[in-house]
Amino acid sequence: MRSYQAKSKTNPSGAKAQISLPGLLRGLKPPPPSEASCSPVHRNWFNFCMKAAQALALAAAVCFSAGSTDAGSRYNNLNHRLMCTCGCAEILGECNHVGCPNSTGELNELRNGIAKGLSDQQILDGFVAKYGAVVLAAPTTHGFDLVAWIAPFAVFGAALLGTILLVRRWSIGSRQKSATAVSDPAIDALREKIRRETDGV
Amino acid sequence: MASFGSFALLVALALAAWNLLAGALALRLIATGQPSAVSPERLADTARRAGIAGFWAVTAAAFALIWSVFTNDFSITYILEHSNRALPAAYKFSALWSGQEGSLLLWAWLLGAYGFVLRLTHKTDVKLYAYAGAILAGIQVFFLAVLCFAAPPFALLRGAIPEDGNGLNPLLQYPEMVIHPPMLYLGYVGFSVPFCFALGALMMRYPGEKWIKITRVWTLVTWLFLTCGIFLGMHWAYAVLGWGGYWGWDPVENASFMPWLTGTAFLHSVMMQEKKGMMKSWNVWLIFSTFLLTLLGTLLTRAGLVSSVHAFAQSSIGTWFVVFMGIVLAVCIFTYILQHNHLKSDHHLESLVSRESSFLFNNLVLLAACFVILWGTLFPILSEYVVGNKVTVGAPWYNAVAIPIGIFLLFLTGVGPLLPWRSTSLRAVRRNFVLPSIALWATVIVCLAVGVKPWKDGALDQGNFYALVAFAMSAGVTTAILSEFLRGAGVIARQSGRNLFWAMYLLIRRNTRRYGGYIVHIAVVIVVMGLAGAAFNRNIESEMALHDKISIGPYTLENVGATQDSNANYNSEYARLDVYKGGTKEFQMTPEKRVYLASEQPQTMVAIHSTPAWDLYVVYEGTNPDTGQPIIKAFLNPLVGWIWAGVALMALGTLIALVPSLKPAAQKGGLA
Repeated sequence: MRSYQAKSKTNPSGAKAQISLPGLLRGLKPPPPSEASCSPVHRNWFNFCMKAAQALALAAAVCFSAGSTDAGSRYNNLNHRLMCTCGCAEILGECNHVGCPNSTGELNELRNGIAKGLSDQQILDGFVAKYGAVVLAAPTTHGFDLVAWIAPFAVFGAALLGTILLVRRWSIGSRQKSATAVSDPAIDALREKIRRETDGV
Repeated sequence: MASFGSFALLVALALAAWNLLAGALALRLIATGQPSAVSPERLADTARRAGIAGFWAVTAAAFALIWSVFTNDFSITYILEHSNRALPAAYKFSALWSGQEGSLLLWAWLLGAYGFVLRLTHKTDVKLYAYAGAILAGIQVFFLAVLCFAAPPFALLRGAIPEDGNGLNPLLQYPEMVIHPPMLYLGYVGFSVPFCFALGALMMRYPGEKWIKITRVWTLVTWLFLTCGIFLGMHWAYAVLGWGGYWGWDPVENASFMPWLTGTAFLHSVMMQEKKGMMKSWNVWLIFSTFLLTLLGTLLTRAGLVSSVHAFAQSSIGTWFVVFMGIVLAVCIFTYILQHNHLKSDHHLESLVSRESSFLFNNLVLLAACFVILWGTLFPILSEYVVGNKVTVGAPWYNAVAIPIGIFLLFLTGVGPLLPWRSTSLRAVRRNFVLPSIALWATVIVCLAVGVKPWKDGALDQGNFYALVAFAMSAGVTTAILSEFLRGAGVIARQSGRNLFWAMYLLIRRNTRRYGGYIVHIAVVIVVMGLAGAAFNRNIESEMALHDKISIGPYTLENVGATQDSNANYNSEYARLDVYKGGTKEFQMTPEKRVYLASEQPQTMVAIHSTPAWDLYVVYEGTNPDTGQPIIKAFLNPLVGWIWAGVALMALGTLIALVPSLKPAAQKGGLA
């Protein structure tokens, strides 16, 4: 895994936290009588968890939407968003072979662009115009390239939702079956004993 | 020897074809009960024996190729292109898999070897093994047909035979390359066996879950080989490619990772089928997908569909693989449609928060990760096809998309074992999660205190952010798993009166599968921490005159001269760098640059000094043509050693999971 400074264009974390947490809580088995009444302590605990999750999601969103400003970090950021075009398949900022015919020139172009006061997008557009879209280390966020970014999260989100719905459906079906089943007190007691002994182990 | 090798391959092909046809006919006769001139059982046995003989025929072909390499038989094109007289013996051996034809021969030989073991152990369940053996023979027919007609390893050179060969690719002349490809292939090929059992069990409507028990050892061993193969490849990339990293999301790396992900999902979800009789269709398709992904990986590597630094052997056999994958997929779909009633299962879940649902989510995340990697690998082709515009999908994309999914998986690694089967209660959740949560938040506070801040100059430092999350999660997960061990060992210690270490040993022996699995989970955490260390990598590049110094982290490197050396295989020049720490000379490093004589290709040999905290990684990049002075690039890569230690622990955990658990009588003895 190569370290890099590129800004993220997506923020899945907030939505994930908001969808999954209530679902998880709903899926919990009804608590024993002492817990079912849901004392103020428990309510506070859940409220705190919900607020903490929301605060984390908000913090992550703020972090992800921020960008770097000074020339040094811009240079570092941008040279990790570009590829060396010599055919070595290396990130421009990590191209490591001496005498590479392209990387030095590309890095100079990058420095000149920053010195001229061009924006990040203008610099990247200039590289794409000169070398083609393959010079970018990752697809852009417009046109067909956007599909590259959306598809993984869309598939993951759909699969997550599908799994939650499936588990709920199975658990409802299971409850209905057990409600119609004839209960044997001896077996129920044995099950409860096993459950107590294996709970959390 | 070329004629002998070619003949052996043809014999192997004939034997595999007989194994397939006679085996299929015998099983058909048994299934329909039709009368026949030959007893179907005898026919099935000849098919099995043909499979055993086929293994020896492929072994003979592999031996012929290795013999030809060692005897420098440059009349064979493959030997000419992948070896030379001065090549060291170990690398001559690895010439077997350094090219297209040789690596396909290795594949066929390993498939034959797996089949050999399978057919020798057929008495476990004669009918199921007969089905699996016939399907395995079908796969073998494909590979042997490719070897005989599309990529013959014994093709002879036309014209005058040169005195010496072109030599082995310098990138492959490294110790890991002697074991990395066979390990990877053992993993790739090994998944053929559970695939054959799954397909065979479905074809014959095999009752119950016994086929899963039979294939469990095969699947675990295969998974272990694939894991070791992938990590050996990472270490090779780290030590040879000289860019300071070990994973570049290269298409060929991705190709090996995808079947690993689906194979890991399979290893988890089969537990649901064994314990609860659930997810039968899902498991069958998981193993089908894993096998198809191994073929896709080979296709990507061999057919040149995507550009890669690892694709050492490209050719036009892609069409063969596409057709074969199409046939396999068609057979899988057809069999599934025909027999899907057999896979109906009762799905009982009591709660969304239970061990069962954690397995489901674990599968979801593993498959999502697999999809992401497949999507990223194939998107350049898709983009070119749809809009005529080829794009690069590199590390920034994978890091942005795959790392969050990986962290979610890490979260499940810790949460899953804490959830009981069936359902849980709030009290149990609170009891099991308090300690891990404390560990997680304590780690966040400690990390922030020591300077691991997820922001820099008012902006997000994505590397640091992910590292912080990974460290915190790792602490939580480790605490969760260790508390599981301690809770179980504590009970045993109280019951037996022995100390905690003995109790821990007994706990593991009582349920090797479960606790071996937990050890693998801890190993995954260690690997993740090693990977997270990449966020803090530092490097410095400098042209160094004699006695010039550069500093990185706690180290100061002084150039004390450059020297040259040569042998029959290569010329080398290397820098000698004295390394000081705290003003005291600690050791000397000698990063090297080689030029191989046969191929006239240069190659970097990195000098690495490893400690548990970090690796000092030094590359001799060559000399400045204007000044003649060496250019040195030094990296300080934190926690890299943890990755390799994690893999060793992963292997240990898997081996423990393979050991049978103590039986109740033995347990009593142990407790007495």
